[in-house]
Amino acid sequence: MTVLVIAENDNQLIKPAVLNTLGAASQLSGDTHLLVAGSNAGSVLEQARKLAGVTKILYADAGHFENPVAEDLSRLILSLASEYEHILAPATSFGKNLLPRVAALIDVAQISDIVKIEADDTFVRPIYAGNAMAKIKSRDKTKVITVRATAFESIMDGNGAAPVVENLEAVSPSEKAVVSAQELTKTERPELTSASVVVSGGRGMGSGENFDILEKLADKLGAAVGASRAAVDSGYVPNDYQVGQTGKVVAPELYIAVGISGAIQHLAGMKDSKVIVAINKDPDAPIFSVADYGLVADLFEAIPEITESL
Amino acid sequence: MIMKIIVPIKRVVDYNVKVRVKSDKSGVETANVKMSMNPFDEIAVEEAIRLREAGKAQEILVITIGTSAAQETLRTGLALGADRAIHVETASALEPINVAKILKKVVDQEKAGLIIMGKQAIDDDSNQTGQMLAALLDWPQATFASKVELSGDQANVTREIDGGLETVTLTMPAVITTDLRLNEPRYVTLPNIMKAKKKPLDTIPADSFNLDFDPRHQILEVSEPPERGSGIVVESVEQLVDKLKNEAKVIQ
Ligand SMILES: Cc1cc2nc3c(=O)[nH]c(=O)nc-3n(C[C@H](O)[C@H](O)[C@H](O)COP(=O)(O)OP(=O)(O)OC[C@H]3O[C@@H](n4cnc5c(N)ncnc54)[C@H](O)[C@@H]3O)c2cc1C
Ligand SMILES: Nc1ncnc2c1ncn2[C@@H]1O[C@H](COP(=O)(O)O)[C@@H](O)[C@H]1O
Repeated sequence: MTVLVIAENDNQLIKPAVLNTLGAASQLSGDTHLLVAGSNAGSVLEQARKLAGVTKILYADAGHFENPVAEDLSRLILSLASEYEHILAPATSFGKNLLPRVAALIDVAQISDIVKIEADDTFVRPIYAGNAMAKIKSRDKTKVITVRATAFESIMDGNGAAPVVENLEAVSPSEKAVVSAQELTKTERPELTSASVVVSGGRGMGSGENFDILEKLADKLGAAVGASRAAVDSGYVPNDYQVGQTGKVVAPELYIAVGISGAIQHLAGMKDSKVIVAINKDPDAPIFSVADYGLVADLFEAIPEITESL
Repeated sequence: MIMKIIVPIKRVVDYNVKVRVKSDKSGVETANVKMSMNPFDEIAVEEAIRLREAGKAQEILVITIGTSAAQETLRTGLALGADRAIHVETASALEPINVAKILKKVVDQEKAGLIIMGKQAIDDDSNQTGQMLAALLDWPQATFASKVELSGDQANVTREIDGGLETVTLTMPAVITTDLRLNEPRYVTLPNIMKAKKKPLDTIPADSFNLDFDPRHQILEVSEPPERGSGIVVESVEQLVDKLKNEAKVIQ
């Protein structure tokens, strides 16, 4: 029995969510192998060599893996799949895009977004925006799984034996799907899904410019900045700020929701945070039902005052 | 070229409903609960209509796989502007892999140029079916689309990814799954509901596809999520900062 973990990376570094996925893999029986696909990704390989619990690295370095499309990666994984009992990727936009394609090619069902492993074939996952938890037993021979990173500890660097590295022949590029442009949000801040403090703004912020006052607070706290769907739809902040059922899931030590009403779709993405603070001028806003500390106030007064006092 | 767009749509519990877990833990309560078209599928239907309005497509076919109640959702799709509907009738809900297999069979028969569907059904939150269908058809895919531009046999699709936006160029036929920012769906109007009643809706029994629909997953139990302990309302910014520093110890 062996577990294969797909190492999402940007050709420089392994994405933090992969480390949590390895944490999940360590709860399953058998060795863990790591697939690193990239282009000139030597530094990723070096990082991978140090990870605890990885016994083998499968390394595929090719020009068209600089920004690999699911059409190509799924065929590469298909060629390896028969060796594995479990195939895991983080439930990031990368993993969500890729793994169902793999599952269909090997003709199995996928188990999305697991938050708990009960046995090698039994998993818990949220459904209905986290309003219910389903415990599922898989009957498939190969279990194809995406992992909710916030629900698992990340694996540390190990000091055990260095893993074996096997070089793989890259599959030929699909000509039917090509990444033609990327427009990545630039930020000096910690990544939203792995930050220990997150400050999120909603429609109550009123405009993109007004997010400045949240940025100032985030600066003081070393926090990432997130948002509700309404704030993204209104164009205040980019799409990758969205926290929720259909955006990113976060579970920081401290989550501060500012001018966010607390719709179930938003709660789905942040209610596992350790400490939740809600700042809203409406005392009946549902966000207060999940908050450890609620402050009924006008955010335009409260936020600068908090920033000032830190 | 006459281009046909297929839009698979799913009937789900309305997004405004807070579902309750059944006391025997077998699932969630869906009796007497408001049902609607999955919101991402409304966005998919809207996008197909806009492409037809722009002269990029000629026919829009909506498909659903489910019990007879799902026909209501197809009528909504027709009222929004789809031309034709297919209902693949099943006794109970199927897993995404089996939904994708049926969709593949229908697509093979219908010869579509483009499939637009939701990125995620908001009931089971799987986010799988589009990618699976693309794999089974061996078509390219663009998931989480926030912009679609067609020219000739190419689709340029902007995708919402974790780090921002990405554009992929696909050679059609292709599968696109929708994200929230793709468009704002129109409302159904009464005259269009009347017109929709006359549009063709065919029902096909799922059994006729000769596929094996045995569930791959056994749902052992559906339970309530862990409750959060109730919090407090603080009186002032000063008290809030004090609590965060000295009680929760999450800031210094
Ligand atoms: C298919 C689907 C998927 C969705 N996915 C997501 C998702 O992933 N994430 C998500 O967040 N939402 C999602 N939503 C949307 C969700 O249902 C809500 O509409 C959204 O979360 C509301 O955002 P909001 O709280 O910022 O806005 P509103 O609900 O409008 O709330 C604004 C709040 O700001 C407060 N406020 C206003 N001014 C001030 C002030 N000066 N000071 C203090 N407080 C103030 C108001 O009292 C109010 O409570 C989804 C919806 C659908 C249908
Ligand atoms: N039973 C179904 N009938 C028709 N389309 C479906 C069905 N289930 C899922 N889909 C489509 O697949 C998308 C993704 O669903 P899912 O993979 O279940 O999250 C939905 O938004 C629909 O477009």
